[in-house]
Amino acid sequence: MNAYSYYPGCSLHGTAVEYGLSTEAVCQALGVELREVDDWNCCGASSAHVANRWLAHGLVARNMRLARATGLRDLVIPCAACFARFKETQAALADPETAAAIEEVAGGAVPRDLTIDPLLAILSEPGLLAKLQAAVVRPLAGLKLAPYYGCLLTRPPEVARFDDPEDPQTLDRLLRVLGAEVVSWPGKTACCGSSLALSRTEVVLDLSHQLLAWAEEAGADAIATACPMCHSNLDMRQGQMRRAGKGDHALPVYYFTELVGVALGIGNSELGISRHLVEAAALLGRVPAGTRS
Amino acid sequence: MARVGVFVCHCGSNIGGTVDCAAVASAAREMPGVVHASDYKYMCSEPGQRLIQDKIAAEQLDRVVVASCSPRMHEPTFRRTVAAAGVNPYRMEMANLREHCSWVHGDKPVATAKAVEIVGMLVAKALRDEALRPGRAELSKRLLVIGGGIAGIQAALDVANAGYEVTLVERTPTIGGKMAMLDKTFPTLDCSACILTPLMVDVVQHPKIRLMTSAEVEEVHGFVGNFDVTLRQKARYVDHAVCNGCGTCWGKCPVKDVVSEFDQGMGARTAVYLPFPQAIPNKPVIDAAHCRSIAYREAQARQAAEQGLSPEQATKLRPVGPDGKKLPPCGICEKLCTTKAIRFDDEDALVTERFGAIVVASGYDLFMLDGSHDEQLAPEERKPYYGEYGYGRHPDVITALQLERLMNASGPTKGEVVRPSDGKHPRAVVFIACVGSRDEKVGRPYCSKICCMYTAKQAIMLREHDPRVESYVFYMDLRAGGRSYDEFTRRAQEVYGAHYLRGRVSRVYRKGERYVVQGYDGLLGRPVEIEADLVVLANGVTSARGSVELMQKLSISYDGYGFINEAHVKLRPVETNTAGIYLAGCAAGPKDIPDTVSQASAAAAKVAGLFARPFIETEPTIAEVLAQRCVACHLCDEVCPYGAVTFVEQKGGRLAAQINPAVCKGCGVCAAGCRGRAIVLHGFNDQQLLAEVESLFARPLPLRPARRQPEPLIAE
Amino acid sequence: MSGSAASHEVLAFVEAASGQKLRECYQCSKCAAGCPLGQAVDLSPQQIIRALQLGQAERALDSRGLWMCVGCQTCVTRCPCEVDLPRVMDALRSYALATHRPAALGEVAVFHRVFLKSIELLGRVYEVGLIGGFNTLSGHLFDSVDLAWPLLVRGKIKPLPPRIRARGEVAAIFARAEARRAMEATR
Repeated sequence: MNAYSYYPGCSLHGTAVEYGLSTEAVCQALGVELREVDDWNCCGASSAHVANRWLAHGLVARNMRLARATGLRDLVIPCAACFARFKETQAALADPETAAAIEEVAGGAVPRDLTIDPLLAILSEPGLLAKLQAAVVRPLAGLKLAPYYGCLLTRPPEVARFDDPEDPQTLDRLLRVLGAEVVSWPGKTACCGSSLALSRTEVVLDLSHQLLAWAEEAGADAIATACPMCHSNLDMRQGQMRRAGKGDHALPVYYFTELVGVALGIGNSELGISRHLVEAAALLGRVPAGTRS
Repeated sequence: MARVGVFVCHCGSNIGGTVDCAAVASAAREMPGVVHASDYKYMCSEPGQRLIQDKIAAEQLDRVVVASCSPRMHEPTFRRTVAAAGVNPYRMEMANLREHCSWVHGDKPVATAKAVEIVGMLVAKALRDEALRPGRAELSKRLLVIGGGIAGIQAALDVANAGYEVTLVERTPTIGGKMAMLDKTFPTLDCSACILTPLMVDVVQHPKIRLMTSAEVEEVHGFVGNFDVTLRQKARYVDHAVCNGCGTCWGKCPVKDVVSEFDQGMGARTAVYLPFPQAIPNKPVIDAAHCRSIAYREAQARQAAEQGLSPEQATKLRPVGPDGKKLPPCGICEKLCTTKAIRFDDEDALVTERFGAIVVASGYDLFMLDGSHDEQLAPEERKPYYGEYGYGRHPDVITALQLERLMNASGPTKGEVVRPSDGKHPRAVVFIACVGSRDEKVGRPYCSKICCMYTAKQAIMLREHDPRVESYVFYMDLRAGGRSYDEFTRRAQEVYGAHYLRGRVSRVYRKGERYVVQGYDGLLGRPVEIEADLVVLANGVTSARGSVELMQKLSISYDGYGFINEAHVKLRPVETNTAGIYLAGCAAGPKDIPDTVSQASAAAAKVAGLFARPFIETEPTIAEVLAQRCVACHLCDEVCPYGAVTFVEQKGGRLAAQINPAVCKGCGVCAAGCRGRAIVLHGFNDQQLLAEVESLFARPLPLRPARRQPEPLIAE
Repeated sequence: MSGSAASHEVLAFVEAASGQKLRECYQCSKCAAGCPLGQAVDLSPQQIIRALQLGQAERALDSRGLWMCVGCQTCVTRCPCEVDLPRVMDALRSYALATHRPAALGEVAVFHRVFLKSIELLGRVYEVGLIGGFNTLSGHLFDSVDLAWPLLVRGKIKPLPPRIRARGEVAAIFARAEARRAMEATR
């Protein structure tokens, strides 16, 4: 059974358009049906829970109702931050009193039988991973990648229930299946600075520069990530970092779905590679062309 | 005609503050059977007890009711008091006016009325008290000590020196326990082996101590003075009776890469091995899991059986391993042994013996960062802890005991403190405290007590090894409560220059050859980063592997962490709730060597006190079966928590239940359950209990104020 | 410790809204050690809890550390006393925003307000409006303007706002959530 409700979230239609493009391309190639949730609203991201936790729960709860209305019980969410918000609300629904309040705010019943997974988990399921391995036509030989999970895929472990919070391995395994070499580096689950990108840019420049420096020290050619916020902080601001005197980086940052797409032989434009701010096609050019068509 | 005396105690203001004791005494005077009633401030004191004894003589009392505290407090006291005055001690009842009355009520008239009711009940009971006599049982004056660490060694020596026989059972091949792995001990910096090995030699040479290593307790039955214990002597494959410890076998053993438990995984040993040079017995054993000869024999037997060969044909079969290659028969140690001590066909042996007392000194284990200490979880459910420290990923992140092995001259690096990764001497060492202790999240909210001190010790010793080393200790609190302990930790900082940072570590990562330790100093209130060559984790104390299983075999009480519960935390620290079983050392919670040795000697004193008696007295307030009424339905046997019931043939051939008076604890469950009312619980028989109930409901209630209407449970 | 009456009110709200008992924190600083904001803050997460424990809630509310917190969840993942710090931070910030208390980092509060306005009106984030609104209200008119053109040409920000059909539903959620929060605050 390979059909999922699909919640792209605001960024996959916007600043993370590559993630959206590559997700759809890859899922199509692997026979995974994505049914986009109709008329979904923003999950509230980092702002709703800061202002009012009921608002955060209410916004997610509406989306959960809409997701269930697709007829499917399994929901997949590519964006790590949206995923975290959904999981927090799902956890809160476990308490009857809180659940009643959430349903009141959301204006109706909220389904309790949804399974909510990050896209990384779905593509790494044993069955699909085996299918992926068999379908690889252009192994990412010679690429050294630093797998970057960010904060919200694995933390807090009781809510996310996805991989180890200190040394997760799911993305590592996936990248190896694609034929790449995975480097060991300290920034695996370190924070990029997240939503302070606009309001306190210097913090993001500091933290993201540190991540790029660690990746370079570990010998990585590029960083592979699963979070639109992380990607935008790492990819969009390398120029700003240089101007602020924080290192001189030119490290490409890929969404893991882009890398999956490359390995499956899908073209760069279909995957959105050209839309990165840090030039990202040249490195992929080093990967030998596909062995099978 | 019964003559009851009632003595109402004020217990200072504990009772007297809430209950009008004089009024209770006057009410008691009117009760049937009571010929004397008085009140006094402290009945348990010398004058109080003398008062009771004087009145017994003056009024010819033959039953006494002491209206005071709980029998759990002073039943033995007052039994002795009345016995000394010639009244049968089982004709003394205690009416609990404290825990059951004054300590749970605030209203004086209500409490006083209730006190009168309670006294009335106990008077009714006392009128029907039997003149019971304690039973007697034999007492075997042999001690079993479980565990051969410093606690077990000390207890064994003390009792043996008192002249009694001791059997010391240790499940590993040598005694010495964790203390044998230590290099130096705090706060004196004594060399651990130097103070321990003489005691170990004393044990093996003592004429009254029988040492059994590689042995475990299999089953325990019985009761104080009469424990029938089955011990399992595990196969050692070396006959210690003929082995002379020459060392040829382990010198020539071709299997040289077995991870050494004694060296905490930092070194290797052979398959036939001596755990450490000063091991006692100083004779090797064979680790069957890694011995090629034993593997050969087992494979040979298995494959011969599969092929249906005869025993003679089996000996000629060359077995193959899982990879299809022929297995090597080895047997080198057997061929070279000059005393023919190698026994590849050795098997476990069971032996059952009787002991009068048991000291449980089974020790502790350490919190393992890979989660392997989580015995209650299935192996596949165990998960690693504290991934942020990188233990297991970074070779130079080690535990404190691993560092101890490195520092020790008999250790894997001959006492050179070097990094496991490259063998270089570290310049900067970071210690992280409270790993697996004081942490709700990992299920260990308690403090492990010894880590602050041993960390300071290790920081001091590192400087002794290398004056250029810089030590950094990340701590939450400094627990150094013993004599000269705080001075010791100050010494580490002031004289030996250890840098103490009050904060925690968030991440350890590799940077080239070194590591960056990211942490926080809470006193300055700023994050800190230290470049280190070696990181040492002070992992906490957990109960020893298999503790829960052992405690259950012994029927002793333990807590949620697997540590033994003492009978009373303050006043009975080395006894368990099971008579005849004592405790010593870390099996009952984390503690240092001085406290462990103190407990061991204390337990030994208790054992000597027990063994000094000619026999065991058994309580008569136990259950008894009236055989003529018993139909042997077995309900009593099913419900008895102590296994006290057996079935005995009566005249005429039918069976009837019989209760072992030495095992029965008088809990009364059998008596309550017996369908035919064939069981009497002496001291609490049916007539007594019914009399108490009748007393409660027959008595008029002059002192109770008008009852309030009870509140409705559901609001209208 | 005794604190001002206002401090007690804040503490009561924070404990109720977060469901956490602040007394359970034994100030070990594991949270501060792992906080990515590290050097950048005046009060670390540990110190924010300490201020609350000492009845000095205003000190916590007025700190920069409170607004720098990005909710990376590192603290709660590691806290040995199982105190859910992100929820405590959320409760504090929610209290500050609702009582219109000037935030020590005004730009962060402005960012959140502008972001949420976009959701309330449109149902989704309108990035151009977000940047524009943020820059205007925070007075940093030219922040990230260097990114505007590169993002626009790559189709990463849309010139026109996205709008969902059921905008009224989303607005109603905002209203009901606010009512519930107000009810909690007055209890």
